[in-house]
Amino acid sequence: MFTFLHKYASPQYFYSWSANWQKWSSVIAVLLMSVGLYYSLLNSPADYQQGETVRIMYVHVPAAWLSMFTYMVMAAAAIVALIWRIKVAEIMIGQCAFIGASFTALALITGMLWGKPMWGAYWVWDARLTSELVLLFLYFGVIALSGAFEDERTGARAAAILTLVGIVNIPIIHYSVEWWNTLHQGPTVSKFDSPSAHPSMLIPLLLMALAYKAYFFALLFKRARAELIFRERNTSWVKALLKESV
Amino acid sequence: MRLFLFIFKRDILLAIRRRRELANPLVFFIMVVSMFPLGVTPDHAFLAELSAGVIWVTALLAALMSMDNMFRSDYDDGSLEQLLLMPGSKVVLISAKIAAHWVSIGLPLVIIAPLMSFLLFLPAQALPSLIITLLISTPILSLLGAVGVALTLSLRGGGVLSSLLTLPFYVPVLIFSTMAINAAAVNQPVSGYYALLAAFLIISILLVPFAVVAALRVSYN
Repeated sequence: MFTFLHKYASPQYFYSWSANWQKWSSVIAVLLMSVGLYYSLLNSPADYQQGETVRIMYVHVPAAWLSMFTYMVMAAAAIVALIWRIKVAEIMIGQCAFIGASFTALALITGMLWGKPMWGAYWVWDARLTSELVLLFLYFGVIALSGAFEDERTGARAAAILTLVGIVNIPIIHYSVEWWNTLHQGPTVSKFDSPSAHPSMLIPLLLMALAYKAYFFALLFKRARAELIFRERNTSWVKALLKESV
Repeated sequence: MRLFLFIFKRDILLAIRRRRELANPLVFFIMVVSMFPLGVTPDHAFLAELSAGVIWVTALLAALMSMDNMFRSDYDDGSLEQLLLMPGSKVVLISAKIAAHWVSIGLPLVIIAPLMSFLLFLPAQALPSLIITLLISTPILSLLGAVGVALTLSLRGGGVLSSLLTLPFYVPVLIFSTMAINAAAVNQPVSGYYALLAAFLIISILLVPFAVVAALRVSYN
């Protein structure tokens, strides 16, 4: 199993097989996004209380989910990078941090735009907003740390340790903020037996969530591949690749 | 255990020899706290409401300021590398260094905090909970700060970066401590907050030294 892992994670192999993954996840992202946007913006009911502004949900909630999902991916990459010292995993950490920070910022911004008409304020010190803000700070920390070292591999390992310290702390931070103050509505989708959202809203939301996930993988592969050939620019396989394409 | 005591005594002795340096975070603590009435209002009731938060945030900053000297001088003169090369558990070694750091920085903060509470008119019934939360939580601050410092040890200007890395992890400590003090101020039960803080302390004692050892390995590369 480990030889298998090492083979597929070696920079050269990764570069060749990830091309297809990047292509197909981009295609899926575009397809799901267009269907999901059609349903969520044009063909789903307006909320009886919130009116048309409820449509912000379809871009806000998937971004918030993805902001946490990205941290999980980053932590998985961190474990792999620390244990097996696989270069591709080390690259993934830094790229995940950038993508995660962007989606966290997107969730915060769309949340503010939604909060203004609903709660009457762009920002309230509510538990979920605050823990999302702290998550953004954690991402900034990982980005700053991984870029601070002259040697990229040292930076990646430092960032990996920070990510793992963070993964232990995130639940603690989350619950501490939860008990501190909450105004945000409770989870309405995760109760799988009886979701409190109506299917006409739930289906577009899930479509958008999947579209975001596919987009995340497309983005991750694209960024990781670009970073990979940059870091491996002096190796023979990258030089051969460049000659081929010229 | 012998290793723990040896390192602990060594670090305390070093701290005593450099006592002026040690006083800096404390002076910082006192100065920043006394800036708040100047900047906000000298009003008694308003400051009383603010006091728990102000004292705690300032204590966080003072603790952060002092983190850098946990490993810095040992790193600069190379003795940290020698200590890590010694036979024996590195986790014990690191725990001893963190414990010594807490005794030389955290404990003095706890001792002068009541003084600060008079400056900000903290209600008298909340004073015990201020001291207790500081006693439980300042070791957590030293532990979590050690991770940030260890990760940035080999960097120039690592001090600011390590504060950026550490502050988000301080959020639960800040929340539970100030909630406990504010609950005590209105005579509500507080033991639940102490239990949560103590649980956080135990988890930190158990896990953090391993993370610090790993971080130091990265710094020495």
